[in-house]
Amino acid sequence: MAQSFPEDVLEHVFSFLNHDRDRNAVSLVCKSWYDIERLSRRRIFIGNCYAVSPEIVIRRFPDVRAVELKGKPHFADFNLVPEGWGGYVYPWVVSMAGAYPWLEEIKLKRMVVTDENLELISKSFKNFTVLVLLSCEGFTTDGLAYIAANCRNLRELDLGESEVEDLSGHWLSHFPDNCTSLVSLNISCLGSEVSFSALERLVARCPNLKTLRLNRAVPLEKLPNLLCRAPQLVELGTGAYSAEIQSDIFSNLSEAFLGCKQLKGLSGFWDVVPAYLPAMYSVCSQITSLNLSYATAQNPDLVQFVSQCGNLQRLWVLDYIEDVGLEALAAACKDLQELRVFPSDPYDAEGNVTLTEQGLVAVSEGCPKLQSVLYFCRQMSNAALVAIARNRPNMIRFRLCIIEPRAPDYLTLEPLDAGFGAIVENCKELLRLSMSGLLTDRVFEYIGTHAKKLEMLSIAFAGDSDLGLHHVLSGCESLRKLEIRDCPFGDKALLANATKLETMRSLWMSSCSVSFGACKLLGQKMPRLNVEVINERGPPDSGPEDCPVEKLYVYRTIAGPRVDMPGFVWTMDERVSSRFSRATEGHGD
Amino acid sequence: MSPESETSGGLKTELTLGLPGELQVQKSGIKRGFCEVVDLKLVNNSKSESQPSSKTQVVGWPPVRSYMKNLVRNCKYVKVAVDGAPYLRKIDLEIHSSYQDLLTGMGDLFTCLTICNVLNERKLMDSANGEEYVPTYEDKDGDWMLVGDVPWKMFVESCKRVRLMKSSEAIGLGAAAPSTPSKGSSTGC
Repeated sequence: MAQSFPEDVLEHVFSFLNHDRDRNAVSLVCKSWYDIERLSRRRIFIGNCYAVSPEIVIRRFPDVRAVELKGKPHFADFNLVPEGWGGYVYPWVVSMAGAYPWLEEIKLKRMVVTDENLELISKSFKNFTVLVLLSCEGFTTDGLAYIAANCRNLRELDLGESEVEDLSGHWLSHFPDNCTSLVSLNISCLGSEVSFSALERLVARCPNLKTLRLNRAVPLEKLPNLLCRAPQLVELGTGAYSAEIQSDIFSNLSEAFLGCKQLKGLSGFWDVVPAYLPAMYSVCSQITSLNLSYATAQNPDLVQFVSQCGNLQRLWVLDYIEDVGLEALAAACKDLQELRVFPSDPYDAEGNVTLTEQGLVAVSEGCPKLQSVLYFCRQMSNAALVAIARNRPNMIRFRLCIIEPRAPDYLTLEPLDAGFGAIVENCKELLRLSMSGLLTDRVFEYIGTHAKKLEMLSIAFAGDSDLGLHHVLSGCESLRKLEIRDCPFGDKALLANATKLETMRSLWMSSCSVSFGACKLLGQKMPRLNVEVINERGPPDSGPEDCPVEKLYVYRTIAGPRVDMPGFVWTMDERVSSRFSRATEGHGD
Repeated sequence: MSPESETSGGLKTELTLGLPGELQVQKSGIKRGFCEVVDLKLVNNSKSESQPSSKTQVVGWPPVRSYMKNLVRNCKYVKVAVDGAPYLRKIDLEIHSSYQDLLTGMGDLFTCLTICNVLNERKLMDSANGEEYVPTYEDKDGDWMLVGDVPWKMFVESCKRVRLMKSSEAIGLGAAAPSTPSKGSSTGC
């Protein structure tokens, strides 16, 4: 077949395609497009590290420069995934060290990374520039020293919210004096103090530094030293925002902020002393992103500060903002797109703040661009949810957490089915939804009927029967990730919708009613799924077949069952299932 | 529910719950030492004590990341009792950075009280009836001390509960702290 265009022309055309979806589509057109595309793909994103193996990836894409991998399921963030479950980056780093000598970027989320892995990374890739470790664990500050010392052209080091074993702050001093390439440094998750003079010199010699997120140990009095040396900063995460009240500290701070004409994002604010908030007033009107989720300031200081930031697009804040603060926000910040309100005391059943559904309703009314919400509160009503849905049909992410499980509409004592139903019906572009409160199978019917663009759904303490799960699996056409805990969903819906699971990235079910027998069956019937049972209390076959498993994680894969499972994870594939049945057959019990 | 309040004639207060063992000191209806504006939830004695523990020990719920939990664990709520008032408030000591700040906070919490700094003493005054209150606290050893005597951080660490004691009763408190009748040990904390 004659080619219309020579290969290099096609390759040039493909170079304008950056999105994975476009490149994937292009690769399906014909064999030669597949080949041209795969040879020219430079960035790969793997949403589940167990869905594919390093060898398969390298075989298809031989010249990759940037890799992004995700490991543990999302519920690992809330301690639902036991220690040792998996998500090791090791096999990836080892394979890529050999296959991708020109690799520049590694971004990992919820993976286990060791100091040896970091050492290998630092020594294997000569052009390494970007390391992002979000919610990772398994490494110490010694591992960071390798990165600092060996990555000559490091541009970005972002430790996200990783759990790092903090041996000392000395690692930062390993950046060589001739390292001037840093653009982004985020060490906010680290506990121990780094050498301030080393930090100061590093900041001073990196003229392109745009993002600097300090850790709590960097004292407020010293912040001006850094700001003066990096007036070009776009994003700043302060350290502890507290000091003795002294006018010279305040004036130094104000002056330093005054010089930061490019500043758009602020975060940090541990231990905040409200008297120092006004030191930032000169930059407030520039700020588009404000993360106050560590700031234990209360009103009126808190709302006064937030109200200064009229151009805010994103606000993360504790519930100390209260309804009154959110009403002020709604009036002052007309560009607001994303709001996250976190609980200051999540384990107190009653709470000490006046943050109710009213605050969220006010913001939904006042902020026409509001599209992304994460809201923790202690009461909700269908009326409020309906109002929010009608106010904001442009909502695309809606996550509501009512602290008390199964809490009904506090006004009518009814389930919140109608409220969430209104959300999915009105917000036709909804991509992500997390629900809470008292919910029956009916809400799932609404979701299955209306939430056609929904990609991720999180459910807890909800539903009455398998019908609920069936509605979701059969109705949500775009569903990629489904995570469920403590719901009375069992075998029927799961088995009836087995093929749906191959169209999704993953399904998580914990403390539900899925039986071991059903898991085995699912594993047998669906060879392209890994059906993993997590049972910490003992092997799943130690009880009868109809005994529910503790946790179930199902994901599509072309790599077969994984080989790094710990003792409390069993994979239900053909071989294993039959091994289980043989074992039980012989029992005389 | 203390019997006194039920028999206090026309004084229909919802605020009949007080510290067990405490006398109902409601002056018959006219001038009360404290505002009527009371959050009923805070009055409910039965729930107050065992608060965070009872219901909320579900793993991974609410879905808050652990680094956020660490943030909040620096949270020290202590009960604040005010002589003559039938209810308690809770105050988070960790939110405040100094004694002055704490007094301001208490002034905000009990909106009828204003701070009056007389010489070196820190007091709160109820502008309605002129009553003065001296902040006192029970420390780890069970002794009642005047608030303000020790460095702030030490206070935060050792304070178990706070009582705004009427000035008149507070005389003699300090070195030889008279052990106040077990109002403090009341509430089944």
